[in-house]
Amino acid sequence: MAEIRLEQVRKTFGRVVAVRDVDLTIEDGEFLVLLGPSGCGKTTTLRCIAGLERANRGRIFIGRRDVTGLPPARRGIAMVFQSYAVFPHMTVAQNIGFGLRMRHVPRRQIQKEVEEAAELLRIDELLQRYPAQLSGGQRQRVAVARAIVMKPQVLLMDEPLSNLDALLRLQMRAELKRLHREVGTTTVYVTHDQVEALSLGDRIAVMMDGTIVQLDHPSLVYDRPASTFVAGFIGTPPMNFLEATVAARDESVELVVGEFTLLVPALWRDQLKARTGQTVIVGIRAENITVHHGPVPGSLAATVLVSEPLGSQQLLTVQVGQDVLKVATAPEPLLAAGQTVGLTLVGQKLRLFDKETGKALPVPAPPPSEGGTQ
Amino acid sequence: MTFRQLQRRFLLYMVVVVIALWVLVPLALIALAAFTPRLELYQWPRPVLPSGFSTATMSFFLRSYGTLTSLRNSALVALLTLGMTLAVGAPAGYAVARYVFRGREAFRIGILMTRMFPTSLLAIPLIVTFIRWQLYDTLIGVAFIHTAMALPFAVLITSGIFSGVPKELEEAAMTLGCSRLGAFVRVALPLALPGLAAAAMFTFVISWNEVFASAILTVRNRTLPAQVLTSLEVAPLDFRFAGGFFMIIPALIFMALARRYLFQMWGGAISER
Amino acid sequence: MPRTPALRSLASEKALPYWLILPTIAYVAVFFLVPVVQALLLAFRTQDGQWTTRFLVRMVQDIQFVSALRFTLLLLAIIVPLQLVTALFIALLVNTRFRGSRTFLYICAIPLGISDLAAGLIWFSLFTQHGYINSFLYGLGIIERPIFFLSAQNTGWVLGSIVLAEHWRATAIVLVILVAGLQMISRDYLEAAEVFGARSWQRLWHVTLPLLKPSLQSALIIRTILALQMFAVVVAMGGRMVPVLAGEAYYWYYLYRNTNVASAYALLLMVISALLAWGYLRFLRPREVRP
Ligand SMILES: Nc1ncnc2c1ncn2[C@@H]1O[C@H](COP(=O)(O)OP(=O)(O)O)[C@@H](O)[C@H]1O
Ligand SMILES: [Mg+2]
Repeated sequence: MAEIRLEQVRKTFGRVVAVRDVDLTIEDGEFLVLLGPSGCGKTTTLRCIAGLERANRGRIFIGRRDVTGLPPARRGIAMVFQSYAVFPHMTVAQNIGFGLRMRHVPRRQIQKEVEEAAELLRIDELLQRYPAQLSGGQRQRVAVARAIVMKPQVLLMDEPLSNLDALLRLQMRAELKRLHREVGTTTVYVTHDQVEALSLGDRIAVMMDGTIVQLDHPSLVYDRPASTFVAGFIGTPPMNFLEATVAARDESVELVVGEFTLLVPALWRDQLKARTGQTVIVGIRAENITVHHGPVPGSLAATVLVSEPLGSQQLLTVQVGQDVLKVATAPEPLLAAGQTVGLTLVGQKLRLFDKETGKALPVPAPPPSEGGTQ
Repeated sequence: MTFRQLQRRFLLYMVVVVIALWVLVPLALIALAAFTPRLELYQWPRPVLPSGFSTATMSFFLRSYGTLTSLRNSALVALLTLGMTLAVGAPAGYAVARYVFRGREAFRIGILMTRMFPTSLLAIPLIVTFIRWQLYDTLIGVAFIHTAMALPFAVLITSGIFSGVPKELEEAAMTLGCSRLGAFVRVALPLALPGLAAAAMFTFVISWNEVFASAILTVRNRTLPAQVLTSLEVAPLDFRFAGGFFMIIPALIFMALARRYLFQMWGGAISER
Repeated sequence: MPRTPALRSLASEKALPYWLILPTIAYVAVFFLVPVVQALLLAFRTQDGQWTTRFLVRMVQDIQFVSALRFTLLLLAIIVPLQLVTALFIALLVNTRFRGSRTFLYICAIPLGISDLAAGLIWFSLFTQHGYINSFLYGLGIIERPIFFLSAQNTGWVLGSIVLAEHWRATAIVLVILVAGLQMISRDYLEAAEVFGARSWQRLWHVTLPLLKPSLQSALIIRTILALQMFAVVVAMGGRMVPVLAGEAYYWYYLYRNTNVASAYALLLMVISALLAWGYLRFLRPREVRP
């Protein structure tokens, strides 16, 4: 087990910069998720750590050891590939024992460790089979077993669940979590699935265009996205955005969205005052909007465009002035398209972003007494 | 099934059978001729089916002057060609399949172009060069030009085979403690082996069948096709029939074993599945 | 290990593919460039190093030259289109994936492994005086005496037999190229066209053939250049009755031991090949379609 440190790592493919001067420290025993849309450089980052790609620039340390120039075999890593890469010409047992054989571990011990790993992944029944006789989920387990049997300092996984069907994915996700708790290896886990990231990660590094745009605890990534990009990428549905003009009136500050105005919670007041007259982006998550079936003073009037019953909740698409918002509300009563409702926003869940840069305005520390809604 | 569908299916299989017969019947007939009693071949009227089975024609051919030596020469040249072609071509096929490098596309197109080059004609100017290099009338000399002919095919087919072995398998081996070469030997090579065997057979047959260059570059050390070609003017009918039949045997065996790989060799694009 | 080996291994990882293709490039350079230069020298330079067109003139003025050129081009013009059409037909047939189509394809591909000399001898056994065709016709009571298909008086018959033999032998190459090309065309395109109401002929014309164009082009080039080198089939069936360019190149060396004129023939064939290949590439250029 070891800490991983990336210093100014850069990897280019011709003109494409896949990893752009990334600095990242992953703590010993941590489960770090690299999350981002397809093509943002997650796999390349992982492969640089593995040594399958040589970084053009920068240094990589595993457990304080500079591994920048070392081949994969000498980095103390193990990797689970997206396609599993289970050797088709070897049995499950031979697959799992492959790395130990390369290390010239005695046969007796290999057998013992292979059996242990197989048991841990519940594939001990399959040891004599060939990969062609396995299902996708079983192959995936073989790939994981093959990696952990090495007792690596660092475990790298590249979208290991993306080729599984939804149910299996859910199940495997829980197993990986259990496995990490039991084995405790420093793990870097690549995914483009934000639900996986939120459920598995000790921390999430959100990537965009080869850079890490936010590195935080999952709840913070969800709750306090660092930019409109992160806010729009994480959560189903993604955060709602409204363009608003900051207007000062008397003591208070208002956000003017089309024909409506939002009263700003007290904690944002000072920060926004400085931006009077400017346009900011207001972000609010679907579940932080309250739906009123009757008239409520100060609510926004909205028309339901679509209503999707999702079992535990219903997801509304509503129109407010020129803007369209997603709203999550209780499943009952089911609303119909065309119905008019009133909306209020949960004030302390409002997030504000700079319109030019998309960066979040720092969320002020809440005052001892909570500010009211709306 | 409607009557119309039935009719169409009948028509389809009629056409298929006719075409298949067009290919197979001449093969059957040469085999028949090779085992027809020798004298019967000269009779008129000559029955289509021979009166009996006879190995006299074949043994006459095999015992004719030069046949056995040329047979041995052919096998030697083909083996030499096979060895050289794979040794030179397979690494290139691997590089094209595995690496993205500057000039890769140019190299690939160059190979496709050499596949189209009338390589056997090069035998004529090579006479002079080979005499100077003391390769004229040697088996290794013939193998050299056969290698030049087979090389583009070997590169194409091996690159097709290696790109059928996922890169991740080798990478996985490397993360599990193998070196670059170790990963190749332990993972890529075993998986590519059947394909490589097919490539070897192709190469063998290319060399085995080649007649123009072999006939030009040899005088005493003739390969089988060169031997048959140069004896045509004086050879009796039975010699020709037996020779024709004898030459196609390895081809038939190889086609049966390696048919899956024909497409990699001749397909325009190098990609499997 | 200290720092430097790391840098060196980085360099070698990048250089590895070049090391791997180097032997092929070196081999091709030696075994293609050397003889091509040598051919030029042989055809255009005398023994004592004088530049000359003597050998070229000798080739052109030879009585066989004009007819060899004529027959070569004639055979080319008959055989190549014929094979292309046949192969396309069979390839499309195979592509319907009827039951047994794989076996059928395999049977059709068999001649691919058969040498031109053997193919020539096979067809010789059919067309020769006491050959199968004559026996067969006699058996049916159509003829009394054998027909001399392969005689100098009957150039037409000889030519026809050569066309048949060559068609039998070498259609397989075109077929395999086309089938490989067809396999790369996703069936989705055809199904999409079908959904939009294209009938089977329209699908063939508007979808399959345009997507097959790169394969057709490469089949055409390969087949043309192989047909230009046609030699053993012709010799096995007709000796020198129907002279062809590659045969003349052979005889000028084999009979007359004249490497200069033989080289001139070889060069002529290379030039024709290059011109035809260039023409096909230029005028049949497929539009950028990537299936
Ligand atoms: N071997 C490669 N050659 C060229 N470009 C590559 C290669 N691998 C990745 N890239 C490019 O680098 C960028 C990042 O790719 P990748 O790390 O695979 O993204 P992700 O895993 O986040 O989807 C992409 O634009 C991709 O096209
Ligand atoms: Mg990826």
